[in-house]
Amino acid sequence: MEVIAFSILSAIVLIAAFCVIAARNPVHSVLFLILAFFTSSGLLVLIGAEFLAMLLIVVYVGAVAVLFLFVVMMLDVDFVELKQGFLNYAPFGGVVALVFFAEIALVASAMGASRPETFDASPNAETNVEAIGQVMYTDYLLLFQISGIVLLIAMIGAIVLTLRHRPGVRRQSVEEQTGRKRADAVELKDVRPGQGI
Amino acid sequence: MEQFLGWTENPILLVLLSLGQILLVTVVLLLAIAFLLYFDRKVLAGTMLRKGPNVVGPFGLFQSFADFGKFVLKEMIIPAGANKTVFMIAPILATTLSLICWAVVPIAPGWVVSDLNVGVLYLLAMSSLGVYGVIMAGWASNSKYPFLGGLRSAAQMVSYEVSIGFVLVTVILLSGSMNLTTIVESQTGGFWNWYAFKLPTIIVMFPMMVIFFISALAETNRPPFDLPEAESELVAGYQVEYSGTPFLLIYLGEQIAITLMCAMTSVLFLGGWHSPVGDLGLFDENTLAGLLGTGTFESLIGAFWFALKVTFVFFMFAFVRALVPRYRYDQLMRLGWKIFLPTSLVAVLLISGYVVYTSAAAA
Amino acid sequence: MNELQPVLLNYLPVIIFLVIGLGLCFAFLLVSTILAPSKPDPEKLSAYECGFEAFDDARLKFDVRFYLVAILFIIFDLEVAFLFPWAVSLGTIGVFGFWSMVVFLGVLTVGFIYEWRSGALEWE
Repeated sequence: MEVIAFSILSAIVLIAAFCVIAARNPVHSVLFLILAFFTSSGLLVLIGAEFLAMLLIVVYVGAVAVLFLFVVMMLDVDFVELKQGFLNYAPFGGVVALVFFAEIALVASAMGASRPETFDASPNAETNVEAIGQVMYTDYLLLFQISGIVLLIAMIGAIVLTLRHRPGVRRQSVEEQTGRKRADAVELKDVRPGQGI
Repeated sequence: MEQFLGWTENPILLVLLSLGQILLVTVVLLLAIAFLLYFDRKVLAGTMLRKGPNVVGPFGLFQSFADFGKFVLKEMIIPAGANKTVFMIAPILATTLSLICWAVVPIAPGWVVSDLNVGVLYLLAMSSLGVYGVIMAGWASNSKYPFLGGLRSAAQMVSYEVSIGFVLVTVILLSGSMNLTTIVESQTGGFWNWYAFKLPTIIVMFPMMVIFFISALAETNRPPFDLPEAESELVAGYQVEYSGTPFLLIYLGEQIAITLMCAMTSVLFLGGWHSPVGDLGLFDENTLAGLLGTGTFESLIGAFWFALKVTFVFFMFAFVRALVPRYRYDQLMRLGWKIFLPTSLVAVLLISGYVVYTSAAAA
Repeated sequence: MNELQPVLLNYLPVIIFLVIGLGLCFAFLLVSTILAPSKPDPEKLSAYECGFEAFDDARLKFDVRFYLVAILFIIFDLEVAFLFPWAVSLGTIGVFGFWSMVVFLGVLTVGFIYEWRSGALEWE
């Protein structure tokens, strides 16, 4: 049963991933990418890592792909023009792909030697989440803190790259609004009839 | 229900069982939404000293069904400039995604379609996908108002999801589990044991419930945060170009999401299926419960309380719509990022400090 | 390998629910295509505007700020993601786990303060 499910899901992942590259419309590409993410989370559920599966959906489908979709849908890029340069970049892309595949093969062969016979997604705990929680914040303290710093850098980088202040924008200042006293705004004048102010 | 019938070995029987449960949940949910919609309109009418729907059926009770019939019988218009595939996928996605969230909502003891260990995270994941329906609808229409509406809505939903996440973490800290059934069970007893009112964490958790409620309003694009469909600026936002059944699906998806948020508020903060005054001894063998079978009776009573709480929170949703004027976009963003985010972050630290302190004192 | 794990068994109803949800939507659409009239004409199919023809394509470039909001959301979403397993297992990892998270959140609070001060949270 699990083997059948695995075969179906991984087939969908592969087809979706292929369509990401093959689709002519970039929006369709992103939609196929979402399908690929979604199905990969199904694969994670299949090995019992339900926390990671949900996280994949929350982070990749719910956040990262939204950004992709934003960029592709809203950025006015001329994709026909982009496609024309394809042949010029093909050799370079081919080299990158080759290096990438070599690396994957290297890792896979190294993994094969030390791969455990059985896999347990939640050792020493009832659920997968507890198993992760018990080790991540204590045993892997350094990695955990480093990931915090990576997030900090990402935050600062995003702001530095994209934040441009427009001059002459009127902003609402809540403190000013609520801190206004009657004396600042209203002045009583004793106006005599026929004389004006 | 799986608990009652025990472990079933036969996979076909299991599939049929959950199929029945799911159909039951779906039908009851859709009927409930039909009447909640009527209720919503009556509340709005009441605050304006109008009568509201009162023609179809007794007191206008069947108004929603008439609306449904009308939507289905109207022409589906797909604009010529639209991206047709995405245009049709968007409403289907909106309805389906908000519907499957209900798979993990515990309605009564043992009455849950799928009792996931990561139920809370599942809800967060599926409701974060709701943004796709809106973005895709806005973009595919290829028209200015939907585009702007979709854009606004995406940024808005995304901003409030962060504070919803932090609020969820506070509840998980207190219950020590992400399973929604466990979360409800940890609030057993009267209303003084519900997370919203439990001492001494009420100081933090009651404001957290308020933040959750307001973020839920923003997440579901309800007034006062209905900027994506602000009718005075954007006509109807991302749904301008929709008509007939696709519009019905978008609308239905929104309503299901709203009801889901009401259910989540009751499950996380208001004790889910628990009665507000504790047990009352109704479930003893020698009372009425004994005649019907204890388990079923308890579940029925539980479902009743749950429905009552959902209706109450929905009443708040409807009431806010009648009372509060619409936010401006910069105010909306400020509320989400500058007020809710830091407040809920501090709440997470306070609650976790409390949990560590009490568990250290207990050990 | 014929029997499913209990964890997987929990996800079976979700899949069925997904199928039923999709089925419901398609049923509505099918009923509508059969019963509803379909008489398209150019005016009906044109994009909604206030009485005039649309000048150009509706999809235009927009403020980079929307991207910034999306990126900041990803970062905070990851932060929340780190909080979930911690919240579940805080009882077992105790005081050390608590302070470990305080340091993590402290680092990110620095980022948040920077964000606030640089005006990235302000909408113009």
